Amino acid sequence: MHRNLCCAVALAAAVFPAYAQDSELSKMREALRQLQQQVQQLEKRLQDAEKTATEAENTAAQAAAQASSRPQSESALNPGISAILNGVYANLSKDPNTYRINGFVPTLGEVSPGKRGLSLGESELGFTANVDHLFRGTLIASIAPDDNSISVEEGYIQTIGLSHGFTIKAGRFFSAVGYQNQIHAHAWDFTDAPLAMKAFLGNQLNEDGVQFKWVAPTSIYFDLGVEFGQGRAFPATERNKNGVGSSNIFTHLGGDIGTNYAWQAGLSYLSTSPQGRVYDDVDSLGTGVTNSFSGNSKLWVVDGVLKWAPDGNATYRNFKLQGEYFKRKEDGTLTFDTLGQSLGTMSDSYASRQSGWYLQGVYQFIPQWRVGYRYDELDSGITTIGLVDSGALTAADFPILTAYKPKRHTAMIDWSPSEFSRIRLQFARDYARMGEPDNQMFLQYIVSLGAHGAHRF
Amino acid sequence: MKSIFKVFLGLALGILAWPACAALNVFACEPEWGALAQELGGDKVSVVSATTAKQDPHRIEARPSLIARIRSADLVICSGSELEVGWLPLLLTQSGNDRIQPGSPGFIEASQYVVKLEVPKVVDRSLGDIHPAGNPHIHLDPRNIAKVGTVVTERLSEIDHANADFYRARAESFGKRWQEAIQSWQKKAAPLKGMPLVVYHKDMSYFINWAGMREAGSLEPKPGIPPTPTHLAELVERMKRAPAKVVVYSAYSDPRAAEFLSQRANIPNVMLPFTVGGTPKAKDLFGLFDDTIDRLLAIAQ
Repeated sequence: MHRNLCCAVALAAAVFPAYAQDSELSKMREALRQLQQQVQQLEKRLQDAEKTATEAENTAAQAAAQASSRPQSESALNPGISAILNGVYANLSKDPNTYRINGFVPTLGEVSPGKRGLSLGESELGFTANVDHLFRGTLIASIAPDDNSISVEEGYIQTIGLSHGFTIKAGRFFSAVGYQNQIHAHAWDFTDAPLAMKAFLGNQLNEDGVQFKWVAPTSIYFDLGVEFGQGRAFPATERNKNGVGSSNIFTHLGGDIGTNYAWQAGLSYLSTSPQGRVYDDVDSLGTGVTNSFSGNSKLWVVDGVLKWAPDGNATYRNFKLQGEYFKRKEDGTLTFDTLGQSLGTMSDSYASRQSGWYLQGVYQFIPQWRVGYRYDELDSGITTIGLVDSGALTAADFPILTAYKPKRHTAMIDWSPSEFSRIRLQFARDYARMGEPDNQMFLQYIVSLGAHGAHRF
Repeated sequence: MKSIFKVFLGLALGILAWPACAALNVFACEPEWGALAQELGGDKVSVVSATTAKQDPHRIEARPSLIARIRSADLVICSGSELEVGWLPLLLTQSGNDRIQPGSPGFIEASQYVVKLEVPKVVDRSLGDIHPAGNPHIHLDPRNIAKVGTVVTERLSEIDHANADFYRARAESFGKRWQEAIQSWQKKAAPLKGMPLVVYHKDMSYFINWAGMREAGSLEPKPGIPPTPTHLAELVERMKRAPAKVVVYSAYSDPRAAEFLSQRANIPNVMLPFTVGGTPKAKDLFGLFDDTIDRLLAIAQ
């Protein structure tokens, strides 16, 4: 700019002789001003032209880059869609229809080992995407193969627009009680759930509710959260009532130890008040009766996970150790034979203190291949039944509540040719039924189609 | 008693959180972006990288420690193009941090700003773990580092206005040194032109393209599928007909498959740093390219 101005001045000086008189001087000034203007205009045009050229160049380069990467149709905004397929061949030495966990109140959940022989497992359909700048939505529907039903496994919105470590989730989601409960069955390391989850959470607890979670601004991972739910499933019962039917408080700590280890530990407390939670049993006369429990149910879960991989590179070798301990306290009223099918309806107090735990290790020894072992144990603990203590009935009228310590050993080997497929062979010796050990063999495939899933730690 | 506890809790949290407040927190998904942020941000930024050179950035997990770090991040820089698809979405949703969500100034998907290679015409998982948006390992073309550097500087200045001049000055200095380095690397890497090489994974494509080398095969039968004996045998045969000059693998890959092919086909093999920290010499971005070129030249000569 300055250089151009100087040129203009020099030009003017050269064009107009030095002997110019006063009257001519004003003309010269005028001419100089015009020249300056012209120079400025020219300069501006040049700049504009340059700018347009660069812009065009950039746009061309960008277009070339984007043309290849951006999907052209409106489907570009479709949510991430995925489908999980799984199928099982089961060989069970005991009839799965008689499955029960002795010493524990039946949960009405899907706790049995499933059908014998070849069967299609539950298929899952998942949709997930950011709703807008504030929310993310997830829907995971589970399609049961036989009863023509589609159920919502998870369907929730989650905030992404909050700061300071806060997230709120609302809808139906797997409750943050314990560790494995939050993980979808297809991502489990064994075909079935630990006995403790079967006995205390009815296999897996998904709650309709709201979850508030806060992650602390610390270098070690620390979160605190609370869930309020309807209480739609075991250990709660659905109630026709305003307000909150179940609540869960949880916290986690986690971090790395060097680059080889990562860990997480959690504590959660689930509190519900089931009303008229029914289960079937056979009384001392051999008649099938329906009993019901009303009262308070409180469940503590301590969980821990430790993962190892050399240099944190899990591609070749890695090991995962996982365990959970459950403790449940139930107090309330037990009503015997609610339908008056046998000895008549009677009610009295009921209290139980029960616990259970499992520990499992899974080792990937070469790429694609993993072996694992799991040990389960439950303790039916101390159960006080008022109707038995008062002499109104005998312990033989509540056979399923007879003290027992169910156990199970499980071993598995699986092969995952890619991130999207897995074939697993699992053997278990299950002592859930008193005096009737069940030898179980499962051969299972699990594959995922569509959007690449992201799994929790 | 309760208030004492609160004070203690406050103090404890404050102490733990202190380092997080001192500077602008940059969370890099890969070490190369961490190194770039460090070059451009100097002591005004505190950088953490989610992965190391010994880890496959596609296969790490959403560890609690990463959630803790991304929670306090002001800027997240990732390669994108689905490279981090198995863990980053979880970190983002669990972070409770609105500053680093996609679309906000605090989130940079580096591969958006460069021309991508190997954008597949057909997208099907039977072809392996391919990325529909193209090859995400963009950082091994030094020109891409410069392009992403411009974006990082813009964002640093936007997020931390107070130090905008500082960032611009550093960017200018880095840009100049980087352009000079590119020129010297171009001269130095001239003998690599046309050199056929076998890669482990398709993670060297941008370097191969920049240096004008020629990919003669990969140890993985399909992207993301580990080498199989059949495929290796086939490669050995192919190498007999048209031998490659070198078999390369990255710091995070298992060397055994490369060594196998190397022995059978009588071709040298070399480990390349792949990213910052992959070898002792690859201490920073300059060292990464110096060492990569040196290691290849040692074989070319």
